[in-house]
Amino acid sequence: MVQPVDLTDVKFQWRADQPVVLDIPAFSVGAGERVFVSGPSGSGKTTLLNLLGGVALPQTGSVSVGNLRLDKLSSSARDAFRADHIGFIFQSFNLVPYLSLIENALLPCRFSEIRASRAMERSGSVEKDARRLLARMGLDVDSLSGRPVTELSIGQQQRVAAARALVGNPGLVIADEPTSSLDEDARKMFLDLLFGEIDADDQTLIFVSHDRRLEPLFDRHIALSEVNRASGDMFAS
Amino acid sequence: MTPLLRLALKSLASRRITVSFSIFAIAVSVMLLLGVERIRTEARASFSNTISGTDLVVGARSGSVPLLLYSVFRIGNATNNISWNSYRTVAADPRIAWTIPLSLGDSHRGFRVLGTNADYFEHFRYARSRGLKMAAGKPFDDVFDTVLGAEVAVTLGYVVGDRVVIDHGVGRIGFASHKDKPFSVSGILARTGTPVDRTVHVSLAGIEAIHIDWRGGAPNAGARIDAERVRQMNLQPRAITAFLVGLKSRFATFTVQRKVNEFRPEPLLAILPGVALHELWSLMGTAENALAFISYFVVAAGIIGMVTMLMSSLNERRREMAILRSVGARPVRIFTLFILEAIFVSGLGVIAGLALFYIGLVAAQPVLEAQYGLYVAVGWPTETEGIYLIAVVLAGGLAGIIPAVGALRRSLADGMVLRN
Repeated sequence: MVQPVDLTDVKFQWRADQPVVLDIPAFSVGAGERVFVSGPSGSGKTTLLNLLGGVALPQTGSVSVGNLRLDKLSSSARDAFRADHIGFIFQSFNLVPYLSLIENALLPCRFSEIRASRAMERSGSVEKDARRLLARMGLDVDSLSGRPVTELSIGQQQRVAAARALVGNPGLVIADEPTSSLDEDARKMFLDLLFGEIDADDQTLIFVSHDRRLEPLFDRHIALSEVNRASGDMFAS
Repeated sequence: MTPLLRLALKSLASRRITVSFSIFAIAVSVMLLLGVERIRTEARASFSNTISGTDLVVGARSGSVPLLLYSVFRIGNATNNISWNSYRTVAADPRIAWTIPLSLGDSHRGFRVLGTNADYFEHFRYARSRGLKMAAGKPFDDVFDTVLGAEVAVTLGYVVGDRVVIDHGVGRIGFASHKDKPFSVSGILARTGTPVDRTVHVSLAGIEAIHIDWRGGAPNAGARIDAERVRQMNLQPRAITAFLVGLKSRFATFTVQRKVNEFRPEPLLAILPGVALHELWSLMGTAENALAFISYFVVAAGIIGMVTMLMSSLNERRREMAILRSVGARPVRIFTLFILEAIFVSGLGVIAGLALFYIGLVAAQPVLEAQYGLYVAVGWPTETEGIYLIAVVLAGGLAGIIPAVGALRRSLADGMVLRN
């Protein structure tokens, strides 16, 4: 269930007449590993995430998640794969504004039967599992659930996003600068809670950030500017 | 409920103010569409119900539309009369079952006075096969008896037994009146929804009696004849304006029509009322169609308003689309989400429009009936109206393709992670 990730000889450019944004000979994350990916802006982070999620396809090379070649799948199969096996946490604005706290947290279960059935197996219903995870993320569901999610603090919103990424145990969690909008205390709390759940569920974690202070918390560090041969060339070529 | 449907509903609910204005705009346009359609249909039905069972209308030679207008709708005037002898000669044809003589030219406080005979109450038919019924009293019997149409009685507040003075001519207020020979209301007809309601009926003898001492359109001052003496005189009319003909067999219609049109002693015109009604209605068709077109365009404006609302939400919803993509929503789902929203908005617009339409109908019904003699039933939507309603929802859904394509393209370009 836990997903390893492997990129080999990947090259990506947005359009044929534009420079290569990503040129990665090798990038791999073992199953259950917690990896810190650092990279300044312009190093191809956004593109890497879109490749890992199967939203973008490389021009050459292979992208494997859980031993499945994403680059060999059709776009709808990639969408289905993403729904089933990857949880995402974004930098900010993680929540669908018109859905409630619980509906936001269980949103992946609406698009993935696998995750819905896992959540159900675990807690009896997807809703109960969403409540469980929100509670594990330190949120007082009963007092917060009546309010629009847009009224939650940024820290609370990020914890709802983490619950959403974890619900139904996807196997791979990808976080894109999830703490950069948080203050010191909120950041520490968020990371503690996230790691707790990642360990409890044995999930692979790819954590992208430019904040090098977080590096020691992870099993391994990958500097995107080192693995991506195209980085920095963007303006040179 | 599918997740997409749930999302569409919640998304609309979260923008309820702008969304309700879009719904309201569509509702108003739907109300107008239905209103125009209903009044159009009812007006046409009421129009073709004005006269039925009559095979031919005969008058002095003019055109079929003018003849129909003055003889049936009591609008305008005849240019010529028919002599009594011609009428009797034509009416004697063995193929003719009955005739109703019509004598027009006077009025009472704005309502036309019609001179006729007892056959009118027996043979006149409207709305396919309905005959005239008395709401109160009885048909005229005496020379100075009158039978009022329902609207005349209501508007002027007359009851059986009241006295009525006929004005000469058809001006709103007659400049000369037959006040020396008042009539007494012998009966009031039940409402028909036709020009009969606005007619004052007297006998042909009554018409003759009030004009017997007139010469050249004015009272002959030197030779006044009072009402009592008139009764003793010969009140056989010398002329009538037109007459309605019922045939024993409808197969004879064209033969009798030709015979009347070729009548030697006097130029006469016989028309088929159904054909003339159709001709007359097609004259009004242009205005009717223009009205219908305007209502279609108002509906289009309502739908454009909705498209604008959805388009303007696209930018602020980019994050939402990215989140939906990240949890595995396929691009086609993003597209469908917008289509569903468009269908919901137009569907709710149609429902609200239907409600407004019925509220308006209940409110306008008495006014339409009183002012225009048009009875519009408050019934279930007709098949045509149902088709219109479905068409509005479909058009809304189709128009939703525009914002849906916009959302799809942005979503494909953005992926899951927005490039800031």
